[in-house]
Amino acid sequence: MATHSSEAPMQNDHWVSQKPFDPQSIEAISPEQEKYYFASQWQLIWWRFKRHRLALICGIFLALMYLSILITEFLAPYALSTRHTDYIYSPPQPVHFIHEGEFVGPFVYGWNYELNMQKLLREYSEDKSQVYPLQFFCKGDPYKFWGLWESDRHLFCAPEGATLFLLGTDRLGRDLLSRITYGARISLTIGLIGISLSFFLGILIGGLAGYYGGWVDSSVQRITEVIRSFPELPLWMALSAILPVTWSPLWVFFGITLILALLDWTGLARAVRSKLLALREEDYCLAAQLMGAKPKRVIGRHLLPGLFSHLIASATLSIPAMILGETALSFLGLGLRPPITSWGVLLNEAQNINVVAIYPWLMFPVLPVIVIILAFNFFGDGLRDAADPYKH
Amino acid sequence: MGRYILNRLLLMIPTLIIISFIIFVIIQLPPGDYLESYISELESQGESIDHHQIEMLRQQYGLDEPFLMQYWTWATGMLVGDFGYSFEYGLPVTDVVGDRLFLTTVISIFTIAFTWMIAFPIGMYSATHQYSWGDYGLTFLGFLGLATPNFLLALVMLYFANVTFGTSIGGLMDPEYVNQAWSWDKLKSVLEHLWIPVVVIGTSGTAAMIRRLRANLLDELHKPYVVTGRAKGVPPFKLLVKYPLRTALNFFIADIGNMLPSIISGAEIVAVVLSLPTTGPILIAALQSQDMYLAGSFLMFLAILTVVGVLVSDLALALLDPRIRLQGGSR
Repeated sequence: MATHSSEAPMQNDHWVSQKPFDPQSIEAISPEQEKYYFASQWQLIWWRFKRHRLALICGIFLALMYLSILITEFLAPYALSTRHTDYIYSPPQPVHFIHEGEFVGPFVYGWNYELNMQKLLREYSEDKSQVYPLQFFCKGDPYKFWGLWESDRHLFCAPEGATLFLLGTDRLGRDLLSRITYGARISLTIGLIGISLSFFLGILIGGLAGYYGGWVDSSVQRITEVIRSFPELPLWMALSAILPVTWSPLWVFFGITLILALLDWTGLARAVRSKLLALREEDYCLAAQLMGAKPKRVIGRHLLPGLFSHLIASATLSIPAMILGETALSFLGLGLRPPITSWGVLLNEAQNINVVAIYPWLMFPVLPVIVIILAFNFFGDGLRDAADPYKH
Repeated sequence: MGRYILNRLLLMIPTLIIISFIIFVIIQLPPGDYLESYISELESQGESIDHHQIEMLRQQYGLDEPFLMQYWTWATGMLVGDFGYSFEYGLPVTDVVGDRLFLTTVISIFTIAFTWMIAFPIGMYSATHQYSWGDYGLTFLGFLGLATPNFLLALVMLYFANVTFGTSIGGLMDPEYVNQAWSWDKLKSVLEHLWIPVVVIGTSGTAAMIRRLRANLLDELHKPYVVTGRAKGVPPFKLLVKYPLRTALNFFIADIGNMLPSIISGAEIVAVVLSLPTTGPILIAALQSQDMYLAGSFLMFLAILTVVGVLVSDLALALLDPRIRLQGGSR
């Protein structure tokens, strides 16, 4: 190159055609190709994600669950703390459809109990002579919807004079199904709030480390390594023991969320950092720099969008850990406390071996925990695959 | 190799220093100290308090010194094996902790072995039978183990072990052996009880390990050398075991480092449910009563256990894989 330019410096004038460039003149593309080539990044992700059937189903399921917590009061047959003192430790009540060979629709039989003085237990039985068809959109326990207006409509409830304990009752005679429905509110949101906090921390700290490099990077690396090398649960326990006993349940809730988030950002920070370091070397980044883009524009306009889809996917994958963490802490009595109802708080009642032996239905709150965590895992897996441009 | 070991050992020092500092900050965060909660407890029981004695205790343990001084005393004490004094038990921390830490270690080691035993064949099967029903089913089972809260699984298993095998509920041995010296019968009793926590803690780690082994093996199985081997007529099993598995084995060793924190976490909560004489229950009690040296030293022990475990896995990895050894230790 050097010799060439020294021989004929003037002949090699740089010339740029002013005519608008039409790529179609070289190679025509079909409408389908055009749709694919011009699709935005999110469009591409969505197309890829749609192909992942299981992840799509799980995503829809999760969306429904989150929507349902908006209308918890309406969905739950009873209010959160309605007590049925006559029906303590009632086992789940079966729903029938056919009475004496005739189709009646969903109904329950009368629900009686006897005291078994030898075992000191209540024994519940169905009274087959009484048939109570279930009612839908009926009036039941009053509640204040979103704290705004009062209502007493429920999706379904027990008919007059009958009870409806689909999942049984607890030691105070409260309907477990209703309590689980209410518990979803806390258990589902704690993961979301926690993850948005750790998302923020992760992007900020990881971004600083990736952008500045040098000693910032290495000290951040050290700190994340330390936090990651520490057994999570004992640290959670230590931190939640700090929360003063005098705090109101709501503050404890935020405290626990903060604790979960404080230890969770390391994974995200790591992902942000390594991705940022890799993306910085990409050609399009160099091109943007050569065209005179400022660092702020390079990062905001070119680097972060390439990062975001991946980040959201990894954030989704760490929500289950938070939900499990809350459940474990509440189970141990270090997390949320009774006036607030979460699945972990409900499971706290199932701490005793007697429960497994005599009142196994008190362990029902574990079912939504398992289902939600499975759903988040599959959904996150699908999202991650879809967000990875190098996977086919 | 010697250089690599030295490097890793030196790296451990700042890590442990930072960890110890974080721990000390955490155990100091709650307002007040053990003596204050002790006084209020005495007051609530209507007992008289000897303020002079309290003051003496406070001075003896340096509770009125500035924060950094207290940290310095604690941290330097640990270097010479003095982990402080448990107010609650009235004993040096090392006396309270000793056996319990040993049992935590035993359970962790057994759990790792168990996780390997389960994850290894399943991961191999899943990788070789990718997208088959078996692959899907086993993967789902693994996820199920991941999603089930440990403590509940522990309760249920405890119940069934009691009903079907007549294993006594709670503890790590039958009650009659608790205060006896170690003997064969005691060992047998411990082994009979040990499998429950091991299985319970193991299930949550197994899923992740199966996924990673599967992904690693799949990467290897698609490489040209495997295709060449198959074209040359190497039997399928030998083709799997001879090279791809050996490469994937590296990550198995490396994974100990990732697994240890979660295993120890799991061990803590399961221990509470099963009332095992490990560190879990006592740690919670110490945290709640602000028995700060006991709680702090416990957390420190657990952290050391993890850091040393990671070190051992790194060293084993370096022994196995010359690439890591020669690069001088970037993992």
